[in-house]
Amino acid sequence: MFKKSVLSPFATWKNFLRWPTTVRYPKEDIDTLPLPGASPSYRGLHINDHELCIGCGTCEEICTTTAITMVEGGKTGEGRKAVVPRIDYGRCCYCGFCVDACTSGSLSMSRDYIHTADHPVNVMGEPEIRQIAGQFIIVPEMERSGNPGHSTPDELSWLDLERESMEQLPPETRVESFMEVVRGFSREEAKREASRCVECEVCVDSCPAQMEIPQYIRAIWDGDLHRAVEIIYHTNPLPGVCGRICTHKCESVCSISLRGEPVAIRWLKRYAVDNLPDDELRQAMLAGQITRRKEKVAVVGSGPAGLSAAYYLALAGFRVTVFEALSKAGGMLRAGVPSYRLPDDSLDRDIEAITSLGVEIRTGVRVGRDLEFKKLSQQYDAVFISTGLHMGRRLRFEAEVLPGVQQAVDLLRQARLGGDIPLAEKIVVIGGGNVAMDIARTLARLQRRRDGRVDIHAVCLEPRDAMLADEEEVVEAGEEGIVVINAYGPSEIRTSGGNGEAHVTGVEFTRCLSIFDESGAFRPRFDENDRVFLEAELVVEAIGQAADLGYLPEEITRELEMTERRQVQVSEEGQTSVPWLFAGGDIVRGPDAITGIADGRRAARGIEKYLDAGGRKG
Amino acid sequence: MSDSAYSFVELQEICRTDRYVQYELFFGPNFPGMHGNFGYILDVAGSTIVGVRPNPGLLHRGFEKLMEQKSWIQNISLIPRICVPDPDPNEAAYCQAIEKIMGLEVPPRGRYLRTIVLEMSRLSSYLMGMGALGAMMGLYTGMYRMINDRDLLMDLFEWLTGARIYHIYMLPGGVRRDLPEGWSQRLSEVLDTLEGNLPEWDRLVFENPVVVKRLTGIGPVTDAEAVSYGLTGPNLRAAGVRADIRIDDPYAAYPELEVEIPITGGGDALARAVQIRLEYEATIRLLRRVLRAIPGGAFRTPIGNPLKFTVPAGDAYARVESSKGEFGYHVVSDGGLKPYRVSVRGPSLPAGLALCHKHLPGMLIDDVAIWMASLAVCPPDFDR
Repeated sequence: MFKKSVLSPFATWKNFLRWPTTVRYPKEDIDTLPLPGASPSYRGLHINDHELCIGCGTCEEICTTTAITMVEGGKTGEGRKAVVPRIDYGRCCYCGFCVDACTSGSLSMSRDYIHTADHPVNVMGEPEIRQIAGQFIIVPEMERSGNPGHSTPDELSWLDLERESMEQLPPETRVESFMEVVRGFSREEAKREASRCVECEVCVDSCPAQMEIPQYIRAIWDGDLHRAVEIIYHTNPLPGVCGRICTHKCESVCSISLRGEPVAIRWLKRYAVDNLPDDELRQAMLAGQITRRKEKVAVVGSGPAGLSAAYYLALAGFRVTVFEALSKAGGMLRAGVPSYRLPDDSLDRDIEAITSLGVEIRTGVRVGRDLEFKKLSQQYDAVFISTGLHMGRRLRFEAEVLPGVQQAVDLLRQARLGGDIPLAEKIVVIGGGNVAMDIARTLARLQRRRDGRVDIHAVCLEPRDAMLADEEEVVEAGEEGIVVINAYGPSEIRTSGGNGEAHVTGVEFTRCLSIFDESGAFRPRFDENDRVFLEAELVVEAIGQAADLGYLPEEITRELEMTERRQVQVSEEGQTSVPWLFAGGDIVRGPDAITGIADGRRAARGIEKYLDAGGRKG
Repeated sequence: MSDSAYSFVELQEICRTDRYVQYELFFGPNFPGMHGNFGYILDVAGSTIVGVRPNPGLLHRGFEKLMEQKSWIQNISLIPRICVPDPDPNEAAYCQAIEKIMGLEVPPRGRYLRTIVLEMSRLSSYLMGMGALGAMMGLYTGMYRMINDRDLLMDLFEWLTGARIYHIYMLPGGVRRDLPEGWSQRLSEVLDTLEGNLPEWDRLVFENPVVVKRLTGIGPVTDAEAVSYGLTGPNLRAAGVRADIRIDDPYAAYPELEVEIPITGGGDALARAVQIRLEYEATIRLLRRVLRAIPGGAFRTPIGNPLKFTVPAGDAYARVESSKGEFGYHVVSDGGLKPYRVSVRGPSLPAGLALCHKHLPGMLIDDVAIWMASLAVCPPDFDR
């Protein structure tokens, strides 16, 4: 095939006068690459933007050679862990997996690759070895950012950025009834959603109850719902509730949300609890043997804080009695949350689990009216109050005395627990928080049922992107036919008629230019020239709620320290300035369910400590 | 000489009166011409080999056991290290085995990108192989010139994958990166350069009477022998057997491509040298076809969070036609986060550990390195 010739090999002499085609760094521009030096996608020494890095540790997890260790550093703040990766270049294999798996996109690689000790290595003793090692173990920052190499844009990220879609009732169906909107995950969907979690734990700190989120998501991923529920009950005895209506602060800091959609932590919790049979749930929530104690504790209010306190107190062995003024237990969960978000069944299941521990709930007993508070303090060794914010705040318009002006909390309570709800053809809801959306959507269902159409306006001071309500609430309200108007404040509720025949005709709104002043205080500024008038026969005020602590006798109110914001001042463990009186929930902070649950758990610990120390005798 | 314990005359006397017929020679890592940290213990009588014992173990790095300790994805950065000159078949076979168990489809563009990388890896490995053949006979010019050509391919690897040697480019479901802009253009230019240099390599190596003379008759293998020993790849084809995994058990984009397989026959070292020379040319042509046919679209099927990537319980064997023959991965999964077992079939195994018993006895010590180079014995792929 090939002709042999002794002269053939000499053909290569033609290269004798050629320039070499490879040259040493930094002039290694062999005209193959578009830039001199290494290639634009080179995997060289790392760059880490500490402004972006949240310290999630995914790089450490994925690192093939365990070259990455998270060390203190970086920025602090919500959703950050104040640690940054430190890389041991004696171990790193430059695979770039850390970059491809980085949740925040802070980590990338440079085209720099020459890495040597800055002085001739003469390893004689321990100190020298350490000194040299120090030069190879580096916390990368931005010093190499001028020479960028391998980096991973969102579309190339290895993380699962897309959330498993959740089946929901379509708007046209859900507005017809109070059926629960969210249908819940199937087993496969839950497993896939749980698999998205990188277990970075940034969510834990943001959760008021500090739930062990990564651990229970891991258990769900493993298919071990019993274990998941057991972990959930460590910190939260109302998982069915929180799995539906929690404000999910965890999801807003989820590291996956930096590049994509956050892990659906709330729906996963709901999946675990909903799909564990009752008997297994009872076992999972028991968490070991209960040693009975003789001390008795009273809990006033059966909202999330009260129920949570009752559960953890019962676990500690105390005899717990819960007093609830309404006809059913649940507090604001029952009276304030529409059933299309939190059906009775789910709430009842959580409450039944708690009462199965021997907690007694006395409904229909309003402390202060049916039972004197003083008696409670005499009969029980400690009292926990969590009576919530059941009084709507008023705008202080004259027309508020008319039946055409209503409070959102009152209407919501009537909708859940029965009672006549005034309806009208045109309704205006004032407010842009979750309560406003809840009442607007509740009234929309009732309007639809009565008139076959929806005519509701929800008007709030905040611009659309700063609304206090959850995004999904606003979107779903819009889908259900509610018109949300932003950046307008009410200036007048107009009426007509008089002397007993007066009725509301509508509300005039003024354009809101800003809500807070420079110091951050609530002081809205209005543009008096920009006014709109909305016709309405029913106006619902949903601008906030207040606590009613009127049941407390005067000698206690005198002693009870309050904060500047008129909330009950409590210690770290829920103790008020009256030693045997503990408080939690919306009257202390919040308002939301998960904060109340956290308060209840903390207070239970506080009460246990207080009674261990001898209580009132001690 | 001066510091020897014996004078030259004394040494001569020792040799004359030496009663030993055979010596043991350790043809090990620091013996000229040995490929890597491997060794043969040769029994030699004069310069002729009379017995051979392969001595693997010096190169054992515990890859298979390591793979059981690392996650599915982490292993991808480990396995290319099994074969330095031709690392990509490792990634491809491992990923294919995973894909087989999972039933995971690779998008067409991903399959073509894999093909490009695999064929480029073949080219660079052949350049090293042809160069090494010359170098084993002292013809280092060929090695230097061909390594220079290989560098052009390394640059392209670096541009596409981010690294020159260990590309760590493939993932179950596809590849890590798409082609950068201008890359294909540059590849076709490089292919032109490589093809343009071929006549020079021919003159330097294949038309060189010394090379031809030295290679002729070394390590002859008949077609039946090649099959019974389990030789694969160019070695098998050089023995006249028409077999190529790219055609027999196609993977990546090969089902859609026309793969030429030149068959030399003859079965000795010269036939094997000519075989890789012809395949080198065929690979250049194949790469041009791939570049013309590469479809658009996605290059990777998403596999979800790499930290929670699992493979359903099951096992699969996937094989790739590497530059040395069949590179195979038998992957067993118990459904967990790490492989239960990964067993690697290195293409050099039949020649390096079995055929040596047949070929080396009777051979001169000088020919061992040539024999190894001609069969492309690359010890890291069996001594893992």
